[in-house]
Amino acid sequence: MRREELDPHSDGLMADAGLVLPAGVAAGTEGERKSRFGDLSVGAWLAIGWMVFVILVAILAKTHIFTWGDPQAVHAECARKGPFAQDGSAPGRLFGCDSDGRDMVARLALGAWTSLLVSFGAIAFGFIVGGGLGLVAGYFSDKPSRPIAAVAGGVIGAAFGVVAFGVIGAVGLGLSDGLAAVIGGVGGLAAGGYFGYQRGDVDTLITNVFNVMLSVPAIVLALALVAFLQGSEAAGTKAILPDVLILILAIGIVAVPLVGRISRGSALTWSQRDFVLAARAQGAQHGRIMVREVLPNVAPAMFSISLLSIAIAIVAEGTLAILGVGVRPPAPSWGNIIALDRNALFTSPHIVFEASFLIFVTVLALNYLGDVVRARFDVRESGI
Amino acid sequence: MTTARFIETEYEGPLLEVTDLKTSFHTDVGVVRAVDGVSLTLERGKTLGIVGESGSGKTVLSRSIMNLLPRFGLEREGSVKFEGKEIIELPPRQMRNFWGAQMSMIFQDPMTSLNPVMKIGKQITESIRQHLDVTREFSSDLAVSLMESVRIPEPKVRLGEYPHQLSGGMRQRVCIAVALAAGPKLLFADEPTTALDVTVQAQVLDVIAKEQSERFMAMILVTHDLGVVAGRTEEILVMYAGRVVEQAPTSVLFTDMKMPYTEALLASIPKLDEHSHTRLATIPGRPPDLSHPPPGCKFAPRCRYVQDRCLEEEPPLQAGDASGHQYRCWFPVGTPAGQEALARNERDGRVPAAATAAAAAGGA
Repeated sequence: MRREELDPHSDGLMADAGLVLPAGVAAGTEGERKSRFGDLSVGAWLAIGWMVFVILVAILAKTHIFTWGDPQAVHAECARKGPFAQDGSAPGRLFGCDSDGRDMVARLALGAWTSLLVSFGAIAFGFIVGGGLGLVAGYFSDKPSRPIAAVAGGVIGAAFGVVAFGVIGAVGLGLSDGLAAVIGGVGGLAAGGYFGYQRGDVDTLITNVFNVMLSVPAIVLALALVAFLQGSEAAGTKAILPDVLILILAIGIVAVPLVGRISRGSALTWSQRDFVLAARAQGAQHGRIMVREVLPNVAPAMFSISLLSIAIAIVAEGTLAILGVGVRPPAPSWGNIIALDRNALFTSPHIVFEASFLIFVTVLALNYLGDVVRARFDVRESGI
Repeated sequence: MTTARFIETEYEGPLLEVTDLKTSFHTDVGVVRAVDGVSLTLERGKTLGIVGESGSGKTVLSRSIMNLLPRFGLEREGSVKFEGKEIIELPPRQMRNFWGAQMSMIFQDPMTSLNPVMKIGKQITESIRQHLDVTREFSSDLAVSLMESVRIPEPKVRLGEYPHQLSGGMRQRVCIAVALAAGPKLLFADEPTTALDVTVQAQVLDVIAKEQSERFMAMILVTHDLGVVAGRTEEILVMYAGRVVEQAPTSVLFTDMKMPYTEALLASIPKLDEHSHTRLATIPGRPPDLSHPPPGCKFAPRCRYVQDRCLEEEPPLQAGDASGHQYRCWFPVGTPAGQEALARNERDGRVPAAATAAAAAGGA
């Protein structure tokens, strides 16, 4: 544990002997902090540049501050035309048109908004719920707490109850959606709360819920959630929530256990450090310690994983679109642009290719940034 | 909560009274009795040293008194009275009023007992603002004066820095400042110098001693090093396998020790007047497995004075000649019985069981 020997900024014995160091020595750390972002590689800057560009385009397209044309306007003369298309390129339209004759640039720009909204939203949801649960689980792993286990059990039980009994009640017993959800929710709350109180073991409770969720293949779980939330016209049920929100919830819920386990693991190691006990020995409350002492230490790891997860969520949005449960047309997203025109792959490859290329580059950029962030925070952690 | 500490109870008795404290952990391998019937009394402003090797239960004892142990499988029995008030049964919610404001703790490793992503100043003021109803300006002024009193140069600059920018000794002094921030009456120092360079150890101990006398604060100094407690404590409690094996005022302990374990601990400190290359004295073997302690005296398997009786019957804590001196031994050091036991062992060639085991392991 004598890492200070390796640390060139450690004042070591000099300071211990009571020597006052010249101001320049302390200022050296200031310069180091600035250089942390000054020595990023070219690749990192390209990745940052790309993400800024895509996000900017998405916001401009959505807010109509600067548009690339109407994504819904049909230009019949341009249909199926584009670079490398069988019918030839479309004059005046750089990326060509889709099979209905809608301008690809306009659709891709607005599609960026939808895809990014879904993926960022889903990961934000996954992080708030999964990260929060993981933090609580990790922190309380060596501290039995009946009230907290009861609350955690109740919340999780209610969520499971709504989904499970919602399906059974609505489909099997013919109850109305709302009633089934309320019964499931109250039942789950009571059962979860009771069992949580009995055991008082928050960690085991939450970890097992994660394990149950992870035991269902991610894509099947997402598909089931979307199908459940969207309802179907045949069964006479209608979605209450807008499309994008449904996708955010579905992908977000799938992300909860993945993120939660990482957050739990990180919180577990940090919670066993002496400074947590020291804070306790100073009279700090559990909640305060979790938020102010543990969370800031867990956050860097979470941030780097969030970048990687957003990349996965973008792909997941595309996958769900191809499976027919994505954002419903006419609103464009990168996923449903591919899904709608996948039949035209051989005659007008540019449609699928352009959307796939955007997904590819964006995922690459996010992965790269995630790695850069992780490497940077690892260095910082080892310096302590 | 903030007003509680200003209502001074006019309690005349000792600050801390621990009676027959037992602390055990229920684990998969059985019940581990980490602290087994420890009693101690501490007056205001006094210092008690707790000495013992790793695994003797000294850290668990101090955390058990503060009720800071992880609660899974934990069982505590006995009585802990702070200013005459029984606190062993208090739930953590009520113990929070004691933590920091009444009793506080300094930990062994300053590398891990400070939060790496929180500025020093914040870590000190957190505790002040938790317990005292004061303004932000007042608490930061208090933090500066605390930093000055633990002899950290340029306190204002240091308050804005992170722990990794400080050296080990400085960090431990910051830990002391954090522990003292809310003005506790009792300070637990759990091996406060073990992780530090020898040159820094004395400085840190001096800072603690200075603060202690200025604040008239009682202290329990936990260490494995008899040298650390020698000049700094009024009373010393030697622990082995979760029990008190000897307890005496400091001067009595060093001049008239009765327990062979204390003698062995003292003998294992290298002395300056010995020739260089003198073989260091060690205690053979290791402390017993606390989930399955041996019958009889717990130290018997490692003891030079060991007799058959030691292996069968556990000696009770008995009073020594000086007042306040207690020990747990059938054949005490420096008594005719002890001399005789040692002489008999030398004559018969009897060595402690742990020594033969260690020799066999070393030879194999």
